[in-house]
Amino acid sequence: MRLLDPRLVRRARAVRVLLVVDVVLGIVAALLVLAQAVLLARVAARSFEGASLDDVATPLGLLVAVVVARAISSWAFEVAGRRAAGDVISQLRLDVVETRLRKHPAALDGAPSAELATAAVSGVDALETTLARYLPQLVLAAVVPLAVLALAASIDPLAAGVMLLTLPLVPVFMWLVGRYTERRARERWQALALLANHFLDVVRGLPTLRAFNRSRAQAERITEVSEEYRRATMGTLRIAFLSGSILELAATLGIALVAVVVGVRLVEGGIGFESALTVLVLAPELYLPLRNLAAQFHASADGAAVAQRLLDLIDADNACNSLLQSDPGTHSPSPPPDPALVPIVFESVSFRYPSRDVDVLRDLDLELLPGETVALVGPSGGGKSTLLSLLLGFAAPTSGRILIGDDDLAELEAAEWRRRIAFVPQQPTLFRGTVAENIRLGDPDANDERVTRAAELAGAHDFVVRLPQGYDTVVGDGGRPLSAGQRRRLALARAALRDAPVVLLDEPTADLDPASVEVVVAAIERLRPGRNVLLATHAPELAASADRALRLDGGRVFERAEVAA
Amino acid sequence: MTTIGRLLELGGLPRGRVALSIGLGALALGFGVALMTTAGYLISRAAEQPPILALTTIIVVVRFLALARPLARYLERLASHDLALQALGRIRSRVYERIEPLAPAELEAFRRGDVVSRLVGDVDALQGLYLRGLGPPLVALGLSVACVVAVAVVLPVAALALAVGLALGGIVVPLLAGRLGRRAGRRQAAARGELTAELVELLRGAPELVAYGREEEALARVRTADGELLRLGRRDALVAGLADALTVLVAGLTTAAVLALAVASHGAGELDRVLVATLALLALSSFDAVAPLPSAARELSGTLASGRRVLHLAERVPLVADPLEPAQLPRAPVTVALQGVTARYPSSISPVLKSFDLRLEPGSRVALVGPSGAGKTTVTNLLLRFLDPTEGRVTIDGVDLRDLRQEDVRRTFALAGQDAHVFDSSIRENLRLARPAATDAELRGALRRARLDDWVEALPDGLDTLVGEDGASLSGGQRQRLVIARALLADAPVLLLDEPTAHLDGPTARELVADALDAADDRAVLLITHRPEGLELVDAVVTVPEPA
Repeated sequence: MRLLDPRLVRRARAVRVLLVVDVVLGIVAALLVLAQAVLLARVAARSFEGASLDDVATPLGLLVAVVVARAISSWAFEVAGRRAAGDVISQLRLDVVETRLRKHPAALDGAPSAELATAAVSGVDALETTLARYLPQLVLAAVVPLAVLALAASIDPLAAGVMLLTLPLVPVFMWLVGRYTERRARERWQALALLANHFLDVVRGLPTLRAFNRSRAQAERITEVSEEYRRATMGTLRIAFLSGSILELAATLGIALVAVVVGVRLVEGGIGFESALTVLVLAPELYLPLRNLAAQFHASADGAAVAQRLLDLIDADNACNSLLQSDPGTHSPSPPPDPALVPIVFESVSFRYPSRDVDVLRDLDLELLPGETVALVGPSGGGKSTLLSLLLGFAAPTSGRILIGDDDLAELEAAEWRRRIAFVPQQPTLFRGTVAENIRLGDPDANDERVTRAAELAGAHDFVVRLPQGYDTVVGDGGRPLSAGQRRRLALARAALRDAPVVLLDEPTADLDPASVEVVVAAIERLRPGRNVLLATHAPELAASADRALRLDGGRVFERAEVAA
Repeated sequence: MTTIGRLLELGGLPRGRVALSIGLGALALGFGVALMTTAGYLISRAAEQPPILALTTIIVVVRFLALARPLARYLERLASHDLALQALGRIRSRVYERIEPLAPAELEAFRRGDVVSRLVGDVDALQGLYLRGLGPPLVALGLSVACVVAVAVVLPVAALALAVGLALGGIVVPLLAGRLGRRAGRRQAAARGELTAELVELLRGAPELVAYGREEEALARVRTADGELLRLGRRDALVAGLADALTVLVAGLTTAAVLALAVASHGAGELDRVLVATLALLALSSFDAVAPLPSAARELSGTLASGRRVLHLAERVPLVADPLEPAQLPRAPVTVALQGVTARYPSSISPVLKSFDLRLEPGSRVALVGPSGAGKTTVTNLLLRFLDPTEGRVTIDGVDLRDLRQEDVRRTFALAGQDAHVFDSSIRENLRLARPAATDAELRGALRRARLDDWVEALPDGLDTLVGEDGASLSGGQRQRLVIARALLADAPVLLLDEPTAHLDGPTARELVADALDAADDRAVLLITHRPEGLELVDAVVTVPEPA
């Protein structure tokens, strides 16, 4: 798991700034470590030689200053890391959202929104740990041991040599242990995942277990599974902790060896007390950053994973191609023709999603004449929704073109074109706000009278007035929940309010009870006159009411027998 | 304190294991402190240039400590994790036992899907109590006392300084860390919730926002919410690192203080010169004991929050209970009825059903229809006695369900449908839920009646095929058929089909309902649905009105 995805370093300026800040702070921290050891040894050695408290006041005072400076530098590391994490995640969030809106609004094969949103908000915690804890330790682990060895070597090359001896032991042993366990570790983690999910599975299925009178029996099974989990986990931990212990062993052995070697030399008079003490105080500082790094290692993976997830999503969306007039320079867009006067034509249109190998639409030909209602019938996943997306300019065809009259849709200004369309998706979204505000999505400047008329046309007015606050009732996330039928009718009211010449309906009666279906069908009838309506549907009665019905199968359109209007 | 107490009661406190874990922790830390101290003493003594033999013992001690410390630490980590895992098993069992009688009607969690994962996440997070809440503070306390006493033997005034320093670093700073973390968490919670809501809305509604040309407004709202969270985060960042920096400061200043006192004391001729460096190193390394406490305190507040949520659930008293003198379950065939039933869930005041009547004769097929969100699933909950009515009665052959044992009531019904859970196990295990002693022949029989046998025969692992989390590796139709086969295997007089056709397209749904009704033979069937498929095959259709 790469700690810092190169994409992240490239995209997020905050990360680059942080890297520089951390390196600077790391060097400062290393110097402070050296200073602390030198000063402590100086005070103790002088006292050993008979100095009084007044004599050592200066080094003691400096020691206090160094201690304060170390505290400040530790604080600075954390602040820098957290700020950077906040900035990075904020930037990633906004990128995700902007890329989605501009490049891939249809997102028919996208990630579940709630999970993604949570990751984009709470993911900052994991990233904070990585940038505020792990990264500084990484820098310190690179800088401090070098500084310590350098100073130690300048004081006493032999002691430095001893320290240097123990250091390589660490990666060698850890590599050996790691190789031995890697294969077994993977199998272990899979088994552990199964065991870990057992409890969740059982709790989720509690109502079913109770219904079959089997919930008591499961209680014993939980204890059994927990025991298995414990045994399996302990088996893995025994080896995992070994690598950490090797690092600690190297550290304690290093300290002990240095103490003994230096101690013997002191007795023989080969080294002074102050030098010896300095080297001894330095010794643990050699290993400390590495030990801290090892302790934080697990944290690094989580932060990296969050960033990677968001970056992958941005890249995936970027690969899509929505038609948007963001750079009018290249398109020289013209105002779109009036669909009430010209036909809409799909000319040999093919389309496939960037992540798939199969064409959803293949050399599709379709013509919609002004004022007619066409039903598009076909199996789920056959491409009906995709076709509507292309007409909305959410994506560009991989080959072929869509013509509005004589103009290619790709040459038109997308926002202007969409003003001519009213769209009702299969799962309409209710935004947080009042019912009236939701309907006004169709036309923000409409007055109340027009909103009411649109709702009446859509068959929504009746249930809205019976709501506690009528049109001012708050709906959407956290507001009053509405049934599927009610939501569909509100979406139809939106479309009605827009008063657009083209109306696109994606499965308007799917998953509705018979009563709601009737209301929706009647509403569509009222909406039709004088507009181009393209209906994707399963429902035979809806298809029967259209002027024409076409079958979309295997990416192609087939004419059905013309149905009497 | 009581929260921790109640949680420990839930998870257990095996004295032996806890003592072992704490003891090893104290040894590991103690050896570490002793190592630095003895090394300092060795150097100081060596500087007096005594005969080498005088140092031999110290050298041996140093070497021993160098080996003993990693070993003790390794064993301590194993012991503490073992303890935590054991406790986890116990907590899971206990929590399961406590919530079992509450599911599904009395637990909000079961009517809101993914809240169950949070419950399980909370339970698992309680391991933290054992790993970070028990050992580290007690070890820190024990070791601090030992160090202070050791110093007091040679220089009482320095011992005082050390005691103050350790108290600050071991009590004040961790408490501060916990409090600062909590406050930051609360401040950010609202902003995070707002931003998450805006993001979800934008991501879900992207097609409509773009189609209606309103994407810029939505983006602006997200940017505002994001900016607010960023501002709060920056403020909190300043405070966040404070606790750890204070630990470094306290450790350093205390060491300097001890050093100064040692120097002064030696200068006054009251302390042997060998002990000056020794005491300083002792003071410095003693802070290893309290160093992990600030982050432990921070994590502990999160663990306690999880714990409170778990306790809230685990300490509920179930509303549905068996009668003291249960009546005999009427023998099949039976007539099931709801008479003038008004019902509501414990968490809300308005009833979901009002004066509702339903009658299910033996062998009859009744469909229950109505808009989604009405009380259709509540009817299932009432029949299975997961919920009791507030008015009216639910009866089997005239006997009120409240006079029967819950176990007997549930033997009358077999549940299938969208909410029936498929377990992350094999086909065989899922089917055996209905009849644990069923033979493979019986399992295949049920699969045949549900028209799933050909598909199972064709699978390489047959009945042992794993079906994935909630039947994820099965198609919608296959999952429903499996669930129906299971219900048929239960051999109950009444079959409850609760939304069996959700998410299936028209033709598949029609086939499924027809097959299910056919396979039901002479059982009574209650078909709950909001779709038209299958309504032509039933004897009667009852509508559940939308709740007022």
